Amino acid sequence: MDNSSVRRVLVVLYSCCAALLVIDFLYHRHSVHPWDSWWGFYAVYGFVGCVLLVLIAKLLRKLVKRPEDYYGKGN
Amino acid sequence: MWLAELPPFVPFYAAALLAGLTRGRIRVLILLAAPLLGGLQLLGVESGVELQTRFLGYELIPFRVDKLSLLFGYLFHIGALLAIVFSLHVRDTLQHVAGLCYAGSALGAVFAGDLITLFVFWELLAVSSVFLIWARRSERALAAGFRYLMMQIFSGVLLLAGVLLHLQQGGSLQFSYIGLDGLSGWLIFIAFGIKCAFPLLHNWLTDAYPEATPTATVFLSAMTTKVAVYALARGFPGTELLIYIGVVMTCFPIFYAVIENDLRRVLGYSMINQIGFMVCGIGIGTQLALNGALAHAFNEVIFKGLLLMSMGAVLQVTGRINGSDLGGLYKTMPKTAALCIIGAASISAFPLFSGFVSKAMIMTAVLEEGHDWAWLFLLFASAGVFHHAGIKIPYFAFFSHDRGIAATEPPANMLLAMLLAALLCVLIGSYPRLLYELLPFPVTYQAYDFSHVISQLQLLLFAALAFAWLNLQGLYPPELRAVNLDSDWSYRRLLPLTVQRLLSIGQPLDAAVRRWGAGCARSLINTLSRHHAPQGLLARNWPTGSMVLWVALLLGAYLLAYLFEVSDQ
Repeated sequence: MDNSSVRRVLVVLYSCCAALLVIDFLYHRHSVHPWDSWWGFYAVYGFVGCVLLVLIAKLLRKLVKRPEDYYGKGN
Repeated sequence: MWLAELPPFVPFYAAALLAGLTRGRIRVLILLAAPLLGGLQLLGVESGVELQTRFLGYELIPFRVDKLSLLFGYLFHIGALLAIVFSLHVRDTLQHVAGLCYAGSALGAVFAGDLITLFVFWELLAVSSVFLIWARRSERALAAGFRYLMMQIFSGVLLLAGVLLHLQQGGSLQFSYIGLDGLSGWLIFIAFGIKCAFPLLHNWLTDAYPEATPTATVFLSAMTTKVAVYALARGFPGTELLIYIGVVMTCFPIFYAVIENDLRRVLGYSMINQIGFMVCGIGIGTQLALNGALAHAFNEVIFKGLLLMSMGAVLQVTGRINGSDLGGLYKTMPKTAALCIIGAASISAFPLFSGFVSKAMIMTAVLEEGHDWAWLFLLFASAGVFHHAGIKIPYFAFFSHDRGIAATEPPANMLLAMLLAALLCVLIGSYPRLLYELLPFPVTYQAYDFSHVISQLQLLLFAALAFAWLNLQGLYPPELRAVNLDSDWSYRRLLPLTVQRLLSIGQPLDAAVRRWGAGCARSLINTLSRHHAPQGLLARNWPTGSMVLWVALLLGAYLLAYLFEVSDQ
């Protein structure tokens, strides 16, 4: 994708995220659990969770990555 | 023509036989007729139908209908129809026949009323499916197929052992609640667990599915693991251990999915993650949880089928499937890209798409039963799904770096199959009642609650934000051509190495024994040759001479013995 359309997608994403955070001030969530009554719980959890997912996956790669023909050629 | 007692596997096996004997348009008609006519026939069958026979003194129930088996019956007809339409352009008798046999066996298994019938279809499922992998006709596929077959047959052997033990202990042959009491229950549990891809027993799936043909993987993804989910739901609902197994299944594969290069293998890991949600629901065992698990199995067949179809189309058209070799295909394959994104939205559980209306039932049930930590892990896994399946798959295949690959849209039948699946995803997501009506227990759950929609959108869009941020920071792990070690390392590397090592330890001992044996043989030969070789004492005369000598000795000995005997008296 060219840079301008990437930028457009990112702007849409940022504004949606911002709007979703603002909404959390405006309505009262039917809490399913004490934790999720906190402001921005799902947003923070989603963001932090995914950053951790990728960072841990990078560590995992150091541990498990092997050359493509590790199990022998054609395997 | 409607026959209430016609088991649903019969039309598929009959069609498999006919498809093997025909070709061209007639075969296309037969292929389509099996799921369509079979499906219509099944719509007329109601709960409570039961077919009984006696075999070797056992009361067998080869066909039993209740709401649970009907749900999977409908599902496998839909799954088979999608996979068949997707593969209509293929000119390969092996794939068509194996596909029909496979779907028939899956139907046989979910309508089996007794454990012996279940075992028979369990094994037929294994044997018919391996041909879908071998149909790729590559060395890798052959090897992966053998590994796959070994695991599947092992599962069947455990099942048979469990069933026989169960019978010996006075258990009933009927397939109903089994539970983890005693060895027989455990054996059956592990047999189901292998097919269900429990952690450490999962690697056959991510090893073999990506090696099957572009069309066959769609078939494979629809049946085997879902038969196992069905079997767990019938045999082990409410088994607490399943909650923990399910949580592990949702979480560990997503790390592998992030670093895996083969996009169909990414979907394999994502499949284990989705089955984890179902296993968790079965472990909770309440009506809401079981409904959620089964609804999610239903949806997963369709959206995972759609995603695998889109990747199959990419593989078929470009001949590539590694994220490191793909990118920019949205320009040449816009329809495939759009359909893939619908599958991605469904698996990620975006509101209005099918995953949203089923996964949330499991999550709610987990909280209702007080498993807070399990809920947190499932929530993490939900965000992770969007990350690796929802974004990574479409991003690396269709966007990312444009590699200028020459491509066109796939054949019309492939697009049609994807379109049908995408319509079902949106239809079920928008009108969940359609699915809820089919579930075994009455549904009071409301998926579309404002809080639920907003919280789900927050979770997903901030997961997307994380992807964008990591990418812009250059922190996202690049797609690399590599092998990632997983539990298959134990039988592809560790086991052969151990055997080799043991052999090398045993070798000196072995050599010593052989040397000793050879030494004995040599001295025997030397002794014989000293006496019998041409220059030997016993070879100086002709053999008659030698015989006369021995007879004389014998007579002499006899005479001596006689003399001693006489003197004793």
